Amino acid sequence: MQQREEKIVNKKKLTARLNDPSLKSGVKDALPIILGYLPIGIAYGMLAVNKGLTPLQTTAMSIFVFAGSAQLVSIEMIAAGAAVAAIVVMTFLVNLRHLLLSASLSLHLRNLPLYYYPFLGFLITDESFAVAMSKIESQKNKQRYFLGLGFTAYLGWVFSSAVGAFLTEFIDLGSGGALDFVLPAMFVVLLVMQISSRSEIIVAVFSAFASLFFALTINGSWNIILATVLAAFLGVYIDGNS
Amino acid sequence: MEIVKFMLMIVGMVIVTFIPRVLPLALLGKKELPEKVVLWLSFIPAAVLAALLAPSILLKNGSLYLSLENTSLIAFFPTLLVAYKTKSIFYTVSGGLIFYLLISFLF
Repeated sequence: MQQREEKIVNKKKLTARLNDPSLKSGVKDALPIILGYLPIGIAYGMLAVNKGLTPLQTTAMSIFVFAGSAQLVSIEMIAAGAAVAAIVVMTFLVNLRHLLLSASLSLHLRNLPLYYYPFLGFLITDESFAVAMSKIESQKNKQRYFLGLGFTAYLGWVFSSAVGAFLTEFIDLGSGGALDFVLPAMFVVLLVMQISSRSEIIVAVFSAFASLFFALTINGSWNIILATVLAAFLGVYIDGNS
Repeated sequence: MEIVKFMLMIVGMVIVTFIPRVLPLALLGKKELPEKVVLWLSFIPAAVLAALLAPSILLKNGSLYLSLENTSLIAFFPTLLVAYKTKSIFYTVSGGLIFYLLISFLF
């Protein structure tokens, strides 16, 4: 009898937590993110299966890594036969920007119990960060807001990549053709969205040429890493001298 | 992809993705990154994307592919325009696919 009452109390606590207005508005604010993830996730799923991963591997990568651009880059590199080490280093570079996002989010998520941070951190993406930055200030419980936002977006990413991956099993799209242009088109728009100053344009153009140069002279996809690191140093140099 | 290689890759990717996401959140608040480091980091996204983009449209089987028959290269220009005008992933990728298909029919 007492145990049962305890259970009821626990249940009430859980419902109260799930009814938390901050959590709820986080979930709601994630819906536009999911709409954006659907086409990219499906495209990622299709490409990954086309380039030699199984649908299960494709989905597993989304579950564990949860980083769209890094995942797409790794697919491109797998297809090019890159070494695992090169793929991991590249992932690191592509995701280094999370350092910045995480650092600025830390201003809003201070003084929490330590076990919160792995969960909150795992859910940081360009999209969840952008939404949180404009909305988190007005939330009563900021960590619950970010959990609701990030976790809902996460489910959307895993779901859409699984849809793309498993659909490809049934519909053979074949490789080559227009699907090959999905990634370049995506790089184009992400790049345009990143650029906001003249020095960034110079960095991007330099990086493009350096990447081509190294691709023609060094084997194994290291061109991207070398070009990126050098170009970022060039950017620091330009900004320091202007 | 063979399973051992895949597992190694995933474990590596998880580690290098997780650390930059969690570490500043858990440790900062008290400390700031040095200004030069922040500046260097701020150039990384544009640099990475450009480094990825150029070979994906300009190389074929490891050598330069400068030709009107390079559909990706031709499709790049209208796609860039759409990206610049809309700043939307959805419109750019769908527009890019349409340009690619049109160009491969025309040439």
